[in-house]
Order: sequence, then C-alpha cells, then structure tokens
Amino acid sequence: MTSPDRQKLLWLQSGGCGGCSISMLGAQSPDLITALASAGIEVLWHPSLSQESGADLLELLQGIIAGETRLDILCVEGAVMRGPGGTGLFHVLAGTGRPMMAWIEALAMRARHVVAVGSCAAFGGISSGGGNHTEACGVQYEGAEPGGLLGEVFRSASGLPVVNIAGCPTHPNWVVETLAQLAMGEMDTDGLDPLNRPRSYTDHLVHHGCPRNEFYEYKASAEHVSELGCMMEHLGCMGTQAHADCNTRLWNGEGSCLRGGFACIACTHPGFEEPGYVFGLTRKIAGIPVGLPTDMPKAWFVALASLAKAATPPRLKENAVADHIVVPPKTREKP
Amino acid sequence: MSRRVVGPYNRVEGDLEITLDVGAGKVREARVSAPLYRGFEQMLVGRDPRDALVYTPRICGICSVAQSVASARALAALTGLTMPENGRLSTNLVLANENVADHLTHFYLFFMPDFAGEAYAGEPWHAQSAARFAAVKGTAARDVLPARAEFLQLMGLLAGKWPHSLAIQPGGTTRAIAAQERMRILALLHSFRRFLETTLFGDSLEAVVALDSDAALMAWLASGDPLRCDFTRFLLIAQALQLERLGRATDCFMSYGAYAESEGALFRAGVGEGVECLPLPVESIMEDLSHSWMEYRTIPRHPFDGVTVPAVPDTEGYSWCKAPRLGGRVVEVGALARQVVDGHPLACDLVARGGGNVRSRVIARLLEIARVTLAMERWAKELRPGEPYCSHGELSDSAQGMGLIEAARGSLGHWLSVRNGRIHNYQIIAPTTWNFSPRDGAGVPGALEQALQGAPMSEGERNPIAVQHIVRSFDPCMACTVH
Repeated sequence: MTSPDRQKLLWLQSGGCGGCSISMLGAQSPDLITALASAGIEVLWHPSLSQESGADLLELLQGIIAGETRLDILCVEGAVMRGPGGTGLFHVLAGTGRPMMAWIEALAMRARHVVAVGSCAAFGGISSGGGNHTEACGVQYEGAEPGGLLGEVFRSASGLPVVNIAGCPTHPNWVVETLAQLAMGEMDTDGLDPLNRPRSYTDHLVHHGCPRNEFYEYKASAEHVSELGCMMEHLGCMGTQAHADCNTRLWNGEGSCLRGGFACIACTHPGFEEPGYVFGLTRKIAGIPVGLPTDMPKAWFVALASLAKAATPPRLKENAVADHIVVPPKTREKP
Repeated sequence: MSRRVVGPYNRVEGDLEITLDVGAGKVREARVSAPLYRGFEQMLVGRDPRDALVYTPRICGICSVAQSVASARALAALTGLTMPENGRLSTNLVLANENVADHLTHFYLFFMPDFAGEAYAGEPWHAQSAARFAAVKGTAARDVLPARAEFLQLMGLLAGKWPHSLAIQPGGTTRAIAAQERMRILALLHSFRRFLETTLFGDSLEAVVALDSDAALMAWLASGDPLRCDFTRFLLIAQALQLERLGRATDCFMSYGAYAESEGALFRAGVGEGVECLPLPVESIMEDLSHSWMEYRTIPRHPFDGVTVPAVPDTEGYSWCKAPRLGGRVVEVGALARQVVDGHPLACDLVARGGGNVRSRVIARLLEIARVTLAMERWAKELRPGEPYCSHGELSDSAQGMGLIEAARGSLGHWLSVRNGRIHNYQIIAPTTWNFSPRDGAGVPGALEQALQGAPMSEGERNPIAVQHIVRSFDPCMACTVH
C-alpha cells in the first residue's frame, strides 16, 4: 500500500555485520513496525523486513535511479567496500554484476536524505580495521576525515550531509528517532554534531548516568572485568570521553557496556577500531592514564584524583574489586 | 537448459547470489556465491589476542554472542583457567538467548512470509497465511517483535547489551547476577514461555519436546483446531506443499555439541549419517579453496594452517566462501543436525523418513526452541548469587587454541595460534560456510548446492519459490559465511 505522503525508505547493507538492523528489530515501547508507522515511514525495502526478493528489488532500485520512484530516505548499513584496487569487487550486489559502491552512489544522488547507520557506514568502523585490506570507508567519511564514497561536498536533495548514526551497533532508538525526525522534517544541520552524528545522543557522554560514578569520584578502580569499580584507571574505559547516552538510554531494557561489567570502547567514534593499544587496558605514562576527560585540564584531573584516592572510603575500596556489593552503605541506627 | 542468476535474497542475513542451470522444469545444477568479503581473518593477524573479543563478535550481528563464545573458548585454551559454575551457566543463558531469538526471528520474519506471497495466491490456505505471516503487515510480526524484544532483555541483564557484548570472557562472564536479578531472569523466561505456549505451540513446552515421531507430530496436529497456533499453521502448509520433498542435501549431519553442562553437554557432539552417530574427528576438518576467490588454492588445509588471502575474482572461482569438508565429506549443520546427532526421537524419525529437507529443518528449529527454553529455566535456577562468575589470568605468549561451539545455524569454529603474544593465525569456519560452501577440488557441490538440485523451477519463474524455501530452510547467515 503506497501512499504519496508517506516517507519512502530504502535500506541497503554492504560491508558490515547486519547488527544495526538486528539491534533495531529489538526496538521497544513501541516496537519497530509501530514506531516507523507513527513517523509516517513506508519501508520500500529492508533486507530483513520485506516480502519482496530478487527481481522485485532490482526493479525497485532501477525505478529509483530512473527517477520513477521517489526515495525519501536512503539508509546504508555497513562500510563501502572499495577494494580490491578501487574496483569495489569485494561486494558486488547479488544478481547485478555491479559493485555495491556504485549502487550506493547512484541511489544517493536520488535520495532526499542519506543516512549512514552504524560506525561502519559512517566512518569505516571495524570493517576498516587491521590495515584495511578491503579499502573500506564510510559513505561520507573515512575515519575522522570527510570524504569517503560521496566526498566532503556532497549534500543530499534535502541539503543535509550524510547523517552518521554512529555506534557499533546502534541503539534501536538512535536510529528510529533520527529517521522519525528526518521523515517529519525536523532535522537540520543544528541537529548534527561536527561529525554529522545526531546530537540527540552525541551531546551526552557514556559517563553520564554510569552506575560506577561514585567509584569514579573516589578513584576506586576495578582491576578486572566483572568487578564493580571504575574501569577508567586500569580497564581502558572510554566512558568519560565517548559521545553517547548509553547509560541514560539503556540497552535491551536495562543494560549498557559498563552495566554489563566491561569497558566502553567508544564505538560511536571514528577510528574506535584501532585504539593504538589493547582493548580493555588503560594506556598509561608514568602511571597516569593517557586518555583523560577531554574538557578537563590535566593538572586538575591529576590533583583531584590523588586527593580523591586519599579520601576513598573503605566501602568503595572493597566493593571496587568485588563482583557484587560486599560492604553495603552504613545504615544510621536509631540512638 | 538455461542459466539464471538469482539474487539478491532478502530475509537472509547478508548478501547471496545463486546461479541455477534449469532444464525440464527443474534445477539441474546450482552454484552458490557469497558476494561480500570483509577479511576478519586478515585483520586479526598481528593483534593482541585479547582484541579478538572485540573483533570477532562484529563478524555478525545476529550470531554475535556465538562468535564471542567461540573466541573466548579459543582464548581459554591459552590460559589455565577454570570457569566458575556461574560463568558456565551465564554463558549458556546468553548463548541460548541469542540462539532461541534467532530461531524465532527466522521462523516468523524470514521463513514464513514466503507463504504469504503472491506465488501462492491461488491456494486455499493463502488468505489466512497472508493475514498471519505477510512481512511487516501480518499479525504475526506484531506479536513476535515485542515478545522477542522482551526476551532479549535477558541480554541487558546478563551481557550489558546485544549484539556485540564483551561480557563473554575466557574465564566466565563479566556480569554477576544478584539474587533479585535472578528473579527477573526467571520472570522474563516465564513470560517468554507464555508467548511460546500461547502463540507458537498452542501447547506446553513439555508436550512439544515429548513428540517422538512424525506420526506423533501429525496426531498432535490433528488433536485440535488445526489453526490453533503458528506451528500447526506451518505443518498444514508443509503438508499441502509437500515440503518434505524439497531440499534434501547430504544427510550427513555434524554438531560440535552445545551448551556445557556440569558434565558433558546439553546436546552431544558427533557426526551422524542418518541416525547413527559417531565421534567427531575434528582433526579431519579441511578447507578447500579450489572454487573460492582465494590465493593458495591448490591444497586443502586444516584451519590451524589455514591461509586467507583474497584473489581478484576470476572465473575459476565463484564465491568468497571457502569449502570446508569433514574427512573429505560435505556435512550439513544446524538445528536439525544438532537434534539428530543428539538423538532426539522426533528429529531422528524425520530424518529416517525423508532426510534433511525444508520441513524437517523447520520442525527441528521449533523443537529446539522448546528444548532450549526449558534448559534456560533450569540454568537460571542453578545460578548462585554471591559466588564468582569469572576467573582471571594471563594468556600464554605462544600457544594454539580452538573454540568449537554451536551457533543457531550450526557448528562454529575458531582456530587461533599465538606467537610472541601476537595473533599469528586466526581461522574461522562458520555454520553457513559449511552449508553454503562452493564445490571442492573433487567437484563435489556444497550442501545447499546439493539441496537445490532437482528443485522445481520453470525457466521463466521470476522469483523461483521452491528455491527460496530451500535457501531459507537453512537459515543462512552470509555475514558469518565469509567474514
């Protein structure tokens, strides 16, 4: 049932794991189908959701490129595979003999909005890790550098650059709410951060709402994954620097990486796949972590940290290295 | 005879292309191609082995935990760690959560919508099937998405998030469950059981796992309203379309064994021809590259010695997928294989009657949903709040390890070697690598290629429907296949 006022969305996958789609299928309250309907979005085709297969899809793609079918929102999930040697042959769209990168480019020229879903599509992500043998890049970025497949100056018909819903994977609501804003004409460049990520979730830090904040304040640190203490000092946690609202907008009902007992790896950031150090370990110089909160003077941080360490209550010291609360807060007894 | 290239397929994970030679109304030969190469095995070489826990889950968004578990197991071989009981139980719960959610996603969102399509518009059952199972618009999608999302809240509790968690570690899991959280896990499982018993099975899980033959299954179907649940709806369609005649492959089934119990496994490991199960000769696993777009094609290699160097696509090869073989043989993996190897009487009877086929694969998946959900209830009850979930230790600098586990779609293996603290080689064979492999050096087609031979298809058929059923009956994951 096509209706002229519904916003027509096409979703393609290339060099990625499909995890952003799978995450999005878990949207809750309301579920994905209801959320898309509420935003007036009609899915022309999505690899996991649609009835149509093969020949029907190819007809649809050709209709869009020929200008016969309107395309309001093009979502790309997964990196653009440019290799080997710029041929794009590492991903030839099945049934077409044509590299996926050529399809993405042609469709992007017709779309009112172009959305890169996930860190692979936004920046290259994991798909560009480990020396990037496959020449993977984002739709409009290569790592933190503008460019990618479409080039820095690209603007879709709406005048917006490619909207980078970065994350590995993306939270269902980052995607659903951004698509709704686009569909309802409520997204402009002010809604995007300097990496063209929706500010709705990147104006926050993973640190916000972290249940380990009291441990952070007193620098009571976990020494191993699974322990309750702050993971910044030893376990490589990027939560104080990573842009995302994972601890105020929880995952799968009540989770987040930090709540799950392991460190934030800043998966919404370009280049997260190559931290230059082992994931889950903190790089230090002279015992001081290299990556400190970005907007805090280093000397202050060090001074405050040593003061806080001196004042750490025994309760936090002990709980920090346990996997469950061993010393509860004191209850004031009646005199 | 004519040649048709069919793809892209939707409602499979990732991209897939199949070249079909068609004559006299049948598929004569099939060539299955995985058209995307990402190169995880190349990315991992030279890294710190611990990085594998970040990289390998990102091979696949739908089998992410399975990749984590295989990787953590391979790494565990580099330590002398013993996993605490809670770690074992929690790993089982997280992996089972993913596997059962995947089976459910496959049945409702990927497989059943084909029976709502226009190809069957003339069938007497089409109207009710379309109303129930049509993609997005059918009532089933609206029932299953909230139930699936609520079931996956177990991930929020046990693994932080899904997909792509780091909660699965060589020594256990990172999230200790408190006493009241265990109550929440039990409540979520109870709610999921209610969904299954009301909507999918129309009967208790215990009654489903007690079905011990095809005759018992058909008697159960006839014992009430044939449209009482989605399982019976499927059985009726399967009967009308004779789905048991579609998609027979090698009938040689393999399982690495699934879900560690305090002794042994919930589902045992082995290789079964028909129903006679033998121990698994894992050392005889070889990957053949003769029809893959890979360098070093001439000699099949064991994954510990495996090499992954992509070649520029040429006409000698036709897929990025390698061709794994067990002692030279093509095997089928997946829920049916797991249930047959484990000796479940219903699965064994189905295979004895008609081998691996579209109907038996789907039934085995639903049977497994019931069996694993029951096991999850038990594991959740066995968790001991306050006791440890994870042990910690150093990885040895130079060693080899393998992690052989069962993902939703079948046997998943990681083979890792470490030298001087760095990954020297990391090879992965995923379930769909087995099922959707290309031909090997002897010209023997892979499991899906065999399953497609003889499938009815008219030369002008736009989206050959029998081919679609056979492909989806394997629940392929193309993201894992090549990685």
